[in-house]
Amino acid sequence: MLDKAKSGDMSNAKSMSIIVTKGTLDWAYPPFILATAAAAMDIDVTMFFTFYGLPLLNKNLDLKVSTLGNPAMKMPMAGMHMAMPNLMPMIPGVDRMTTTMMKNLIKKKGVASIEDLREAAVEMDVKMIGCQMTMDLFEFSKEDMIDGIEIGGAATYLENAVNCDINLYI
Amino acid sequence: MAEHVLNAEGLNCPLPIIKAKKALKSVPQGEILMVRSTDPGSVADFAAFCNQTGNELVSSNTEGNVYTFEIKHN
Repeated sequence: MLDKAKSGDMSNAKSMSIIVTKGTLDWAYPPFILATAAAAMDIDVTMFFTFYGLPLLNKNLDLKVSTLGNPAMKMPMAGMHMAMPNLMPMIPGVDRMTTTMMKNLIKKKGVASIEDLREAAVEMDVKMIGCQMTMDLFEFSKEDMIDGIEIGGAATYLENAVNCDINLYI
Repeated sequence: MAEHVLNAEGLNCPLPIIKAKKALKSVPQGEILMVRSTDPGSVADFAAFCNQTGNELVSSNTEGNVYTFEIKHN
């Protein structure tokens, strides 16, 4: 709770909030890496999942990555870096292939899976808020989501954010 | 004094930090946790981690591709 920082029962309590707006495999990393690292450094963390970020709270994650519209995505291959022409991801199966390549690379380089990072975040008491409006809009239900999350709106997030030392939008 | 060792070799950011935080919970205050890592970023990260959490980075060494840290639990 943020009140903890005010009441001073943690000597060096800092706090951070992150608005999570993107739900692809690649974009799921920055918020979860920062949230877990911060929690490990005794920083109180609140994550607000909205729009395409909301499905990151689903029990079963099926995250994908696409090279479409992403010329910056260059995969290491045979000692070089390969970008994919924008035409390619339109072909059925190519995004699945790219996702598999990315997941293999993640495993090979000892990078945690999003599932593992999320579990670590839950363990370290990162507060997670699902956006009510997004749930209504895309017809998601709380039953499909992991336990221990809260549901709230913009005001819930803002009440939290005004007391935070760091506020990020990802 | 029991030896507290964390092997974080092969793990990438932010896992060494997260594992160290977890491991410190079972290290009595004043005792030292030895961490081994192969992530070059962990050199800067363990310094920052200790700075922020108030634990003391007693030593930080590089031997080839392996980084070792001694963290005193404060």
